[in-house]
Amino acid sequence: MSGTYLGMPAFPVAAGEAVRDTTLRGNLRHATHTIRDKRARAVAELDDWQQLRAAGKQIKDDVLRHLDHYLVRLEEAVTTAGGTVHWAADADEANRIVTDLVRATGETEVVKVKSMATQEIGLNDALAEAGITAYETDLAELIVQLGDDLPSHILVPAIHRNRSEIRDIFTDAMGRWGRPAPEGLSDSPAELAEAARLHLREKFLRAKVGISGANFMIAETGTLVVVESEGNGRMCLTLPETLISVVGIEKVLPSWQDLEVFLQLLPRSSTAERMNPYTSTWTGTTDEDGPRTFHLVLVDNGRTDTLADEVGRQALRCIRCSACLNVCPVYERAGGHAYGSAYPGPIGAILTPQLRGTDTALDASLPYASSLCGACYEVCPVAIDIPEVLVHLRERVVQGGEVTRAGNRVTLRPAKGHAAERAAMRAARWALDHPAALRAGQRLASRTRRFHPRRLPGPGKAWTDTRDVPAVPAESFRDWWQRTRGTGAAATGSGTGTGTGTGIESREGTK
Amino acid sequence: MRVALFVTCVNDTLYPDTGKAVVTLLERLGVTVDFPAAQTCCGQPQFNTGYRHETEPLVRRYAKAFEGYDYIVTPSGSCAAMVRDNYPRIGERARAEGRGEGLAAVAASVVPRTYELTEFLTDVLKVTDVGAYFPYPVTYHPTCHGLRMLGLGRRPQELLSHVKGLELVELPGAEECCGFGGTFAVKNAAVSAAMGADKARNITSTGARAVCTVDNSCLMHIGGTLARLGSEVRPVHLAEILASTEEQPYGGIR
Repeated sequence: MSGTYLGMPAFPVAAGEAVRDTTLRGNLRHATHTIRDKRARAVAELDDWQQLRAAGKQIKDDVLRHLDHYLVRLEEAVTTAGGTVHWAADADEANRIVTDLVRATGETEVVKVKSMATQEIGLNDALAEAGITAYETDLAELIVQLGDDLPSHILVPAIHRNRSEIRDIFTDAMGRWGRPAPEGLSDSPAELAEAARLHLREKFLRAKVGISGANFMIAETGTLVVVESEGNGRMCLTLPETLISVVGIEKVLPSWQDLEVFLQLLPRSSTAERMNPYTSTWTGTTDEDGPRTFHLVLVDNGRTDTLADEVGRQALRCIRCSACLNVCPVYERAGGHAYGSAYPGPIGAILTPQLRGTDTALDASLPYASSLCGACYEVCPVAIDIPEVLVHLRERVVQGGEVTRAGNRVTLRPAKGHAAERAAMRAARWALDHPAALRAGQRLASRTRRFHPRRLPGPGKAWTDTRDVPAVPAESFRDWWQRTRGTGAAATGSGTGTGTGTGIESREGTK
Repeated sequence: MRVALFVTCVNDTLYPDTGKAVVTLLERLGVTVDFPAAQTCCGQPQFNTGYRHETEPLVRRYAKAFEGYDYIVTPSGSCAAMVRDNYPRIGERARAEGRGEGLAAVAASVVPRTYELTEFLTDVLKVTDVGAYFPYPVTYHPTCHGLRMLGLGRRPQELLSHVKGLELVELPGAEECCGFGGTFAVKNAAVSAAMGADKARNITSTGARAVCTVDNSCLMHIGGTLARLGSEVRPVHLAEILASTEEQPYGGIR
């Protein structure tokens, strides 16, 4: 992925810093709660949402099962319609292909439609190295680019910025990239949008090369689909002479009919709209209308490897709606940058360790960036069981095992830094598989309970820094049962009375 | 009807009152409860941290301990969800790894018999008024696994609404996770604590005297956070509220 994410710390470190940033917390809380509530209302309008969701899952599963077939069909259809298809095994190859295609036009500037695939492969940096300037034209991507920042959300890349921060970025940076911000720019949304419109217009009118991604590709006709809100996409897709679309191979759909399902699922899940304002579709090239040259770069970059994993492959159903981000309590507090990739939030936590692997401390920490609350799974429009995949990837981290890397089966060793935990888990399992040992441990804890410190050392410190520890009761449940009901114990008959009154002191003790 | 209590390792070790409350409650409703001493832990901490293989002996132990019982009742939404959702997966994975059908069969044998307490009360015993008395304002936090994995719906609130003297106060942001998440609480302590602090603030804002859940593990995190913040709001497991009567009232709130 993008070199800009290289060397980032493990998730808990970055998230720990983000949590302390009160402005960021406020921005994220406001934005995610607003969009989450709107989404819930938009989804509730449809009686058949669960059927739509099941259909979305089924269509994507069918595509993934027969991906080879649909991709070849897509290539034939795109070629027949006048486009050229390129295949890129990884990010470097994709970047090289796009760079060469732009160079061949003789241009040194391109305009871009918002695209996750090009963020994933770090295309802008690769183009910059080749002396080509890529202008982001999506409003939020523009804010990120002008602020020399990284996107922190799939749908709203500048979600971590508030209006006054955006005003400052525009005032400070627009002049360096092109038309400066108007004098006396305020932070009203209308003025900010107008400033962006004026700044971008000259880029649209000048650009000879456009670069896009695609939300969907229709195998039967070779049609690409971009779904957007601002209209900048329509500009980039129609005005330039050359259009280059960079798309992940899993974005293919069999037919136009399948699109019907996703054009209902996607807008309601992502922007909470019944229908998004702009849906652009194009099929190859058309004489006298739109780009004269069209290239489609199909990107694998770890997708085939992901497909080889029976549990993890469901992540490839993702349509990048970001509903899971907006509802995630961890994302809301950690922010998007802590995830260290173009894909933040719950989907990033399962996608990145599969696309990139789990070799770095950051990537190995991502499957743990979740309390497994399941809110993401509940809202996912293609029913990706994100908690299931998270747990599956945790197993890959701590136990290692067979995975596919660049098409080859390799055996991963367990990640470093889990040795003590592994030993503790084994010891716990042994004790839990020997009730007598468990009982002995409980009794020891009970006997020493007056000496238990309020602040624990070692890993326990992470708990007691912000939380009291529960006081250990004088007697475990099993000892109480044994004493009052067990063999040899005086039968208590009704058994009432012993319960609710006695052990109350145990919790009182936490105060 | 043979009913066994699966008390869970957390309740057994740290919250025996919750186990006692389940016994008290069920016996008051005319159900004879057994506590098979071979039971220990459902294996959720191991499984959710990535140690699936360490979980397998505990799956077998669970099935063996509760063999022959018609109903296995547990005062934990999370542990019930572990059995219902993850035991079949563990069995499937063992089968896929060429280790036979055994574990899958073991899982299948316990899944339909395992009930979270409120499910057992409302679906099997078909009671919503259990004759309880708890004269305090209470707010209910639906814990994530009970809410989303088990789909408990309004069962707990339904039971609480019939408790004499109890005023059920709605919790703002009720369905947001409290931030416990098992080992998440220490692996991502900063985020967990931030989630806990927000939950505690919402709880305190209700003016309730007690916060109630169907999971003591989440309550340990919520209660520990409340206590550290100096709050007087008391964490109480639902079973302890339902066990409380006018004759034997809950003694934890004064």
